[in-house]
Amino acid sequence: MSGNGHADDGGGRHPLFMPLVFVGGLVFGAGLAVSRMARPEVVLDFLQFEDFGLLFVMGGAALVAGPVFHLATRSGKRAPLTERVYELRRKTLDSNVLLGGVVFGVGWGISGICPGAAYASVGIGNWPILAGIAGMFVGAYGQGIARDRFSD
Amino acid sequence: MALDFATLFPNGVLHYLLGGLLIGLATVAIYLGTGIAAGASTFLESTLSYVSDRERFQQFRFVQSRDWRLVFTAGIVLGATAYTALSGDDWFVTEVSATRLFVGGVLVGVGTRVGKGCTSGHGICGVGSLSDASLLNVATFVLVAAGTSQLLLAMGVRP
Repeated sequence: MSGNGHADDGGGRHPLFMPLVFVGGLVFGAGLAVSRMARPEVVLDFLQFEDFGLLFVMGGAALVAGPVFHLATRSGKRAPLTERVYELRRKTLDSNVLLGGVVFGVGWGISGICPGAAYASVGIGNWPILAGIAGMFVGAYGQGIARDRFSD
Repeated sequence: MALDFATLFPNGVLHYLLGGLLIGLATVAIYLGTGIAAGASTFLESTLSYVSDRERFQQFRFVQSRDWRLVFTAGIVLGATAYTALSGDDWFVTEVSATRLFVGGVLVGVGTRVGKGCTSGHGICGVGSLSDASLLNVATFVLVAAGTSQLLLAMGVRP
């Protein structure tokens, strides 16, 4: 599975690569705080149909990202900091996509947390969210072990 | 239930929209600079590669991206902190129990890895790319989450 080799690995990174990722993270986290999606209660209100505002968070972000992804991909150009060719994010549609969506959905519905919002939640002082993040690591680790054991 | 604006959006939509635009802007900036459609959940596996020798987590795609994913996540935490500190918004501690957070977190960890993405990878980058896999995944997790959450509410679990 090392076919994903790109010029962003190893020591040859552009000096602006990490700063851009960091600033991108800052803005991303600020957005999660501004939208209040970093609060599990707000997510649960959405899921319980009390407040549909969260549609504007995911929807707004996807509406900004979508046209840019398509235009960049169509341009055939490469990203300046990595020389990667712009591509759309398209994963293979298989039963795992559905199964994973179900499992993630149950977890999101129980807790009101998803990975990005959970990281931002730490930043707004929500220390109990660390239990949720610990759970995510346990889940990701367990899934990795289970996949090694039962497939391939 | 009357489907008027105040019922659907009791807290307005501006801060939701602004937050969504910022998240989209961040995603686009990283994408245009690096060509990477960054999602938040691969951080889990790529960070596990620091502590687990298992081949599964030592895959090239995790090892080569683990440092920038750590930086991206640190940025997310600090960005939320900076906004809260500078805006005078209240610091926040959830009343959702640690048990719910942990159990939900485990399922989120499993589900995002099995399903190849999360709210950001599928929900923003994938949906923005009009990927059929992402559209199906997002529709599935939103519907299942709504059902789960309302079931818990009906069972008297609050908040």
